[in-house]
Amino acid sequence: MGSFLRELWAFMRERKKFWLLPIILILVLFGALMVLTEGSAVAPFIYTLF
Amino acid sequence: MRILGISAYYHDAAAALVVDGRVVAAAQEERFTRIKHDARFPRHAAVFCLKHAGLTLSDVDRVVFYDKPLLKFERLLETYLSFAPSGWRSFITAMPVWLKEKLFLEKVLRTELAGVAADTGGNPWTGPLLFPEHHFSHAASAFYPSPFQDAAVLTMDGVGEWATTSYGIGRGASLTLQADITFPHSLGLLYSAFTYYTGFKVNSGEYKVMGLAPYGEPKYVDLILTHLIDLKEDGSFRLNMDYFDYCTGLRMTNDRFHRLFGGEPRKPESELTRREMDLARSIQDVTEMAVLRIARHVSRETGMRNLCMAGGVALNCVANGKLLRAWVFDRLWVQPAAGDAGGAVGAALAAYHVHEGGMRVVHNGADGMAGSYLGPAYSQTAIEAFLGENRFPFERLTEAGLYEKTAELLSQEAVVGWFQDRMEFGPRALGNRSIIGDARSPKMQSIMNLKIKYRESFRPFAPAVLEERVADYFDLNEPSPYMLLVAPVKESRRAPIPDEDSRLFGIERLHRLRSDIPAVTHLDYSARIQTVSKQTNPRFHALLKAFEAKTGYGVLVNTSFNVRGEPIVRTPEDAYRCFMRTEMDVLVMGNCLLRKEAQPPLARDTDWKTEFQLD
Repeated sequence: MGSFLRELWAFMRERKKFWLLPIILILVLFGALMVLTEGSAVAPFIYTLF
Repeated sequence: MRILGISAYYHDAAAALVVDGRVVAAAQEERFTRIKHDARFPRHAAVFCLKHAGLTLSDVDRVVFYDKPLLKFERLLETYLSFAPSGWRSFITAMPVWLKEKLFLEKVLRTELAGVAADTGGNPWTGPLLFPEHHFSHAASAFYPSPFQDAAVLTMDGVGEWATTSYGIGRGASLTLQADITFPHSLGLLYSAFTYYTGFKVNSGEYKVMGLAPYGEPKYVDLILTHLIDLKEDGSFRLNMDYFDYCTGLRMTNDRFHRLFGGEPRKPESELTRREMDLARSIQDVTEMAVLRIARHVSRETGMRNLCMAGGVALNCVANGKLLRAWVFDRLWVQPAAGDAGGAVGAALAAYHVHEGGMRVVHNGADGMAGSYLGPAYSQTAIEAFLGENRFPFERLTEAGLYEKTAELLSQEAVVGWFQDRMEFGPRALGNRSIIGDARSPKMQSIMNLKIKYRESFRPFAPAVLEERVADYFDLNEPSPYMLLVAPVKESRRAPIPDEDSRLFGIERLHRLRSDIPAVTHLDYSARIQTVSKQTNPRFHALLKAFEAKTGYGVLVNTSFNVRGEPIVRTPEDAYRCFMRTEMDVLVMGNCLLRKEAQPPLARDTDWKTEFQLD
């Protein structure tokens, strides 16, 4: 996790997108909640865009 | 220097091994797992690549993944944010995959690579992982293996991280991308939206839309250009997102799109109507228009006379053929694995030339893909061992006898499974894992569609022709080794079509003989050509020569060795199973010839028509 956070920080510096930080935090929290409540990690998209 | 390239987690997972700048092995994971377009980590493919070169993972100097996950995550967040609150459902569908896997890709890759190390010997990967951009990987796969010292490079696909279309210049070992068009504006996604709307599967049915196009009229071109895409003179474009659902929903098109074209999307496998044919023709025409304008712009901006292309849109061989005939560039080279699988090759080559500063050697005239024969091979001994163990009756032929006998059977309208040497990398079978037949036969097209491949009857078949004879049959004067150029059948070979045929509709028009090679002549007299050279495929070339000696025609029907929905066969066992499950007459593997009537019934066979999901 530590290396991931370091990389994320470096990424935001490189892209100059610090404004993404609060959004990422909130989304990750939301997402974690969803992951905990759901099971599957398979996205039923017609086309995997994301 | 040994570099392992990996492409995975979206469409076609693949692995490629580059040694000192040369692509020595590459394969798609689907061929091993037998799941079409398998997107999981390509463990089997990576193990094959290393074993082929006699390496373990510890012998590898660099491991490269074909795109940048964090940049993609940025697109995900910004896209959802800009459309919020709509898109919630799509968001909660996408997030678990990201939070479980894609966001922590480095860790996931290391875990998977430990599996590769376990299978090949050697230690788990502890070195750094490289992540070039998606379109840079495509561009590298287009330029570095091309036969050009200098060239313009054009990549077009659905979407990578942000870019959907990009171009740049390659000179020697350097490659720079100069400009791009970004998500959600995408030529690939526009085509895929019509693939979805006409009832085909996105990311595999695009070929069918292209094949269906000649049956229709370009009735909807104005509607598309007025409402869906703002296409500028320089080829730049913007899509009107009011008509598309892919940013926020799980579908490609929305209700407004359906109202614009007068109805709901066609249900998969339901009957094809004139509307789908006209839609296919219209989107094909718009795509060609866009590709030509983009290419002209790239030519003006770069001043280059050679063009290399990759990305899924570069598989649109009809557009490629028109681009070639428009003389926008003098020469065109398209990466045979232009889709995401080829990203593995591109990522590895980018790491070698850009990251490591490796030299690039252009071999005079030849490209660096070795005919795309980069997959596993099975020796004569291995084939005979398989046949012997299972007591499948076969005839062992001499080298000369093999071509002579097979050519004779082909001339008697036998459908032959042809399994030789190394498997092809990329979506096309190029004469090593192919089903072949007589292109002169008027019934071959429908036999192959309905009794062998079990696929839609409108779909055309491609010719494999002796490279030195291509101009005798087609309006094409240069090699097309990867079936990525469509060109017309020569005027002198065409049969006139009576006027009353213009009243016929759709598939009915197909039954009229259009040339002296009807099995490979599409409705508009076009053909998706594979030229076969003695240098890259001596065996297939020798077979074509033997067929020519017997019949006067150096051309055969060539289609991939599989049934609908099945990945192309890899092993002798896959080939034998496919041979027995279809109405193929003969199977030739190495120097062994098997006749259908001599074979015992296939034991313990499953209900194979439900085994593969329809494509």
